[in-house]
Amino acid sequence: MSSRDKILAAVAASKPEAKPLPDIEPFKHIGYTDVLAQYETVLTTIGGAVHRVNNWDEIRTIVSEKYNSQNVRVLSLVPELDDVATSAYEINPSAHQLADVELSIIKAHFGVAENGSVWVTEELLGHRAVPFICQHLAAVISASSIVDTMHRAYMRIGEAEYGWGAFIAGPSKTADIEQSLVLGAHGPRSMTVFILND
Amino acid sequence: METTTTQDKNPPLQGAGGSHAELADIFNKDEDRVNWHDETLWWIRAKRDKSVHQLPEWEALREAASNIKFNVLSHLDIYLAQFEAAAKANGIIVHWAADAKEHNEIVHKLLTDAKVTQMVKSKSMLTEECHLNDYLATHGIEVIDSDLGERIVQLAGEPPSHIVLPCIHKKKEEIGDLFHMYLGTPSNMSDPQFLTETARGSLRETFLTRKVALTGVNFAIAETGEFVVCTNEGNADMGAHLADVHIACMGIEKIIPKREHLGVFLRLLTRSATGQPITTYSSHFKKPREGQEMHIVLVDNGRSIQLGREDFRNSLKCIRCGACMNTCPVYRRSGGHSYHTAVAGPIGSILAPNLDMKKYADLPFASTLCGSCSNVCPVKIDIHDQLYKWRQVLVKEGYTPKAKTVAMHVMATTLGSSTLYHAAGKMGRLTIKYAPFAVNNKLNPWYKNRDMPESPKESFGEWYAKNRKK
Amino acid sequence: MRVGLFVPCYVDQFYPGAAIATLQLLEKLGVDVVYPKNQTCCGQPMANSGYEHLTGGCNKLFIENFQGFDYIVSPSGSCVLHIREHLHDDKQPELAKEVAHQVWELTSFLTDVLKVESLPSRFPHKVGVHQSCHGQRGLHLSSMTELVAPGFSKPGSLLNMVKDLELVELDRKDECCGFGGTFCVVEEAVSSKMGKDRVADHLRQGAEYITGADMSCLMHMEGILKRQGSNVKVLHIAEILNSQ
Repeated sequence: MSSRDKILAAVAASKPEAKPLPDIEPFKHIGYTDVLAQYETVLTTIGGAVHRVNNWDEIRTIVSEKYNSQNVRVLSLVPELDDVATSAYEINPSAHQLADVELSIIKAHFGVAENGSVWVTEELLGHRAVPFICQHLAAVISASSIVDTMHRAYMRIGEAEYGWGAFIAGPSKTADIEQSLVLGAHGPRSMTVFILND
Repeated sequence: METTTTQDKNPPLQGAGGSHAELADIFNKDEDRVNWHDETLWWIRAKRDKSVHQLPEWEALREAASNIKFNVLSHLDIYLAQFEAAAKANGIIVHWAADAKEHNEIVHKLLTDAKVTQMVKSKSMLTEECHLNDYLATHGIEVIDSDLGERIVQLAGEPPSHIVLPCIHKKKEEIGDLFHMYLGTPSNMSDPQFLTETARGSLRETFLTRKVALTGVNFAIAETGEFVVCTNEGNADMGAHLADVHIACMGIEKIIPKREHLGVFLRLLTRSATGQPITTYSSHFKKPREGQEMHIVLVDNGRSIQLGREDFRNSLKCIRCGACMNTCPVYRRSGGHSYHTAVAGPIGSILAPNLDMKKYADLPFASTLCGSCSNVCPVKIDIHDQLYKWRQVLVKEGYTPKAKTVAMHVMATTLGSSTLYHAAGKMGRLTIKYAPFAVNNKLNPWYKNRDMPESPKESFGEWYAKNRKK
Repeated sequence: MRVGLFVPCYVDQFYPGAAIATLQLLEKLGVDVVYPKNQTCCGQPMANSGYEHLTGGCNKLFIENFQGFDYIVSPSGSCVLHIREHLHDDKQPELAKEVAHQVWELTSFLTDVLKVESLPSRFPHKVGVHQSCHGQRGLHLSSMTELVAPGFSKPGSLLNMVKDLELVELDRKDECCGFGGTFCVVEEAVSSKMGKDRVADHLRQGAEYITGADMSCLMHMEGILKRQGSNVKVLHIAEILNSQ
């Protein structure tokens, strides 16, 4: 008998009588009165930065004030922001070629107000390593995309097909040394979310 | 004839370095350090409180999570098969390991097949439980742990002392010394920012050069065949996305039925663990990256046995948040290593005896049964009740010191008889041998730090007989 | 109303004052109280050590002594919890269950059954309340800091009825004192440290007395206070509620 069959047989023999799944529908109706304000507050609290902008030009200005793409490598996965990037994005790069990226700019599907995260899937990224390997990360979401809670987030994701996806909430961080919070553990040292008014 | 068996089991209960009580006694030699350890963890408990009190639905969420897990345990074989089929359809290669040995062998073979002698690993308590690093080291394979806390304890040659905060027992100066020795930082440098930056630089090199990355699994979804890995540092992702081969190892209890259930668990996990609303990264791995190999190792290692123990099966609901450790007044004052098992604290004390009753017979007694653990548990495991029940099992199975059993029989006989009880009382309060606080003797552990209660001139029973004639 | 007074063995032997105060307080409130003289112990010391199977004698005695009362009241949350959860008798399971359900811890009996709303007591001191775990988390005498739920405290509401008494606020409202039955000797180092830390919290807040609904925790803290040569005293809550 294979280990697989042994384990499944042992589990079948040991498991208790069937218990039903609980109704989680009520959680889906929990919400905030001001979803945007909640999102901004939480993301700021967990070390992220938020900018509410009206158009792509405002994002361009904010990015180029901080990052000179002639001096540091700026990667844009957002076609509207190609002109602030160092060079056009190459399809399917080797992740190792991304090691010197200073800023990655990505689009995210939506934000989650209760925890300040954004949801991304790999087709927005070109490569799964993009939001991790850079020194700084910027993500663009539309203001109307922000959902209240994780329950709503999964309603929105639904049965969507993806190879890889992630909620990203703020910069990479650790408090492993005496509980002192340090931003930039392995991934980005900062995370900026641009909320684009619809 | 039977005596040999009894003697084999007696006296019981020590890990390599001693029992919990002995190790905790050593830990308590340095009171300042105990205070520091206690306060650090209490601070995390306070952050958890602050965070969960912002959610009026918190208790309902715990209840829902608990019931989802009950559903999982009662359909585990079905969900495992469903997960396997879905994961395979997604292009993931699924392996099954009956025990730690088989798990280690599977991982080793994957490394051999990939022709590598080095691997980067993000946090996985399962691999701690299976002692994977040691196993691979004896086969000439070097593992680098990428979680900062785990890297620190790895450099120190120690196991993690906490499942979420692996080096919570270490002071920054000690970490500075380790980094000075192994990573070339200047001596006496203990600034957390600087040390983290150093580790970042060193591990980035590792991430870029390792062809195989191993990660743990927080949740696996039966319906979709995907699995979720949560980190704050991004180390699991850095490893997995840069490697040609991704191996994910999980205990079979990590399955949840549907994607939407993540909504419940991801809300509970990090708030319980550290007070954050969510970890920085909650990565959903569904298919291998183009050109990448992705493996999942499903590990039993005693879980199916625990599932069959009616009183203890719901310990398998655990989502490894560590809240029970942070709140436990005993854990905070004894340190994780005193538990001499991979998963320390209250939850570890109800999981470990399932694996080895003799070795871990002391752990269910390392508790006052105060019940705070059960109250913070996001999946409502009745931890303190299970500690009580493990005590009954361990006594019945013979894993208690003989002297204690003898004393308990004397006590039970005395207290089970009104005549004997009152005779013992009349002979003088202090002769009631069962009361540990009643023997004024340097050999009595009570007396080491605590005075005895004064002996009153009469018992309540005697007073009542004189003052209430009915 | 006929009430059986259940006095835990160690209270009988070491803290008769707590039992006397319980008796007098109940009598003052017009309750007909009887103390069955052949009672001994609830069996918890054995059970918590893993020897619940040896508690048959205690269970039998408890049922013999306490069947037939309207209520059984005890000044100990821990012993009450043990009886409620574990009293059993294979020969008369129904009777055991009935007796177990009649057992009440003193403060909850006062607030929930007698519905006491005022007391003639006076205690002009600063007092810290120790929330004993079994009473609090087991019998729900008070809300618990771990849970997201409305706050309440049965012992606290009674102490608020005592004239001139000032309650102090603790840094850690409901942390265990480390007594834990045989834990206090088996895990001496951690137990003592927990006791010291609990006592220190009360001392920091300027408490003159530490009180609570469980004498065992108070005994533990008293042992530490005395060893430290402190003037701070422990008193069972019944003694404060009964004071004039």
